[in-house]
Amino acid sequence: MIHQFINNGYYIVLDVCSGSVHVVDQLVYDVIALYEQFDAEEIKQKLSQYPPAEIDEALAEIRELKEQGKLFTQDVYRDAIVDFKKRKTVVKALCLHIAHDCNLACKYCFAGEGEYHGDRSLMSYEVGKKALDFLIENSGSRVNLEVDFFGGEPLMNFRVVRELVAYGRSRERECNKKFRFTLTTNGVLLDDEVMEFANREMSNVVLSIDGRREVHDRMRPTRNGKGSYDLIIDKFKKMAESRHQTNYYVRGTFTHYNLDFSKDVLHLADEGFEQISMEPVVAQPSEPYAIREEDLPELLKEYDKLAKEMVERKKAGKGFQFFHFMIDLTGGPCLYKRLSGCGSGTEYLAVTPWGDLYPCHQFVGMEQFKLGNVDTGVTNTEVVDEFKLCNVYAKEKCKDCFARFYCSGGCAANSYNFHGNLLEAYDVGCELERKRVECALMLKAALYEEGE
Amino acid sequence: MKHIKTLTDKTLKNTMEKGGCGECQTSCQSACKTSCTVGNQTCEQNK
Repeated sequence: MIHQFINNGYYIVLDVCSGSVHVVDQLVYDVIALYEQFDAEEIKQKLSQYPPAEIDEALAEIRELKEQGKLFTQDVYRDAIVDFKKRKTVVKALCLHIAHDCNLACKYCFAGEGEYHGDRSLMSYEVGKKALDFLIENSGSRVNLEVDFFGGEPLMNFRVVRELVAYGRSRERECNKKFRFTLTTNGVLLDDEVMEFANREMSNVVLSIDGRREVHDRMRPTRNGKGSYDLIIDKFKKMAESRHQTNYYVRGTFTHYNLDFSKDVLHLADEGFEQISMEPVVAQPSEPYAIREEDLPELLKEYDKLAKEMVERKKAGKGFQFFHFMIDLTGGPCLYKRLSGCGSGTEYLAVTPWGDLYPCHQFVGMEQFKLGNVDTGVTNTEVVDEFKLCNVYAKEKCKDCFARFYCSGGCAANSYNFHGNLLEAYDVGCELERKRVECALMLKAALYEEGE
Repeated sequence: MKHIKTLTDKTLKNTMEKGGCGECQTSCQSACKTSCTVGNQTCEQNK
């Protein structure tokens, strides 16, 4: 399967099933579009604007790449992935809902202002400790274990975060495990003590900010209705600098209210942040801030605009990373990883403040998805089996999509929220993902030209 | 090649040989939390 597109003046051919990315001239671009349907003579007739000798040259190069398994390859991975997904899995990551409470009242919060359809609650040290024990016991021979302190706002329960990190570290050597902790925070309670701790213990820090002050303040007010931008911006800058601009993300959400979100990304870059993520809000269509289908043309243009600007900034020595345009063409994930999905419900679980286990943070509070708790372990194996079967070959919509090796079939929670089952896909999200992959490949093409 | 520049070296098929060790990061643990982005993850064996 071939996906070919033109972006920012680059003619790009993606051989979907081998993952090979080719930057071509217009001649080859046109020949490739006809290659499978027509023979050489017919192609020459159809492309009479090109000298026949040049077409012969193009055909020779295409044939060579085809022989090398880098063009017109077939999808032969189905059986391997179905077997792979059936294997006995281990738990390797937990999202600890350390606080179902929040000091902001973000309007789009999927956790319902931090409460996740349940009571405000903080995780106790005892529950957190059992969760870490559960992870160690269920991780098999896997060495690297990931734990994300999530909320609500985790810094509302910082004492327990600190104690759990200490407990995790104390068990690393005896169990031959290595914890990689992540802290996700809205920044309100961030201070020097937290920063010092985070820089010592956290592999990654995710700092929530939506971009321009007016955009951020509209959706992320404090509980008394005031904007929160001014409370956090300087602290986030300090945090980013103290981590030497690595191993963190400023992460924002864009909504129907700021379809021109590229300005928000660039605002964050102008403020000096070098690791930026900005994601479309996921919300029911009835919400006024939800992304609608009719917003798509504008959003797709915004991604193009952003990618183009990133090329310019990179050339000018002012480059930054945009999470959704990062793509690793040389040392990227293996095929198994690419086709088996995010691991929700099997390798990745969320833990509520009172110790219940769910397939991921987005399913928390949906009773039918409760998998068990930190005392009993996973008892609802029926739901786990459902997640085990989740892969791109089980999803009708993914079968012919060129982006399936990059998004891995998409988010199970999005699928469930929009279609009521795990094997669908959130169509608006898919459109955006396809554009992001194209932009990411264009960036690679542009930087390759620059000799990187 | 005169007309084609290939940006990738190994193919996905190549990655099956040593792949599937499962040591890599869980994708949602990075920065997304509301989408699924796997293509940008790093292989633990290449670190």
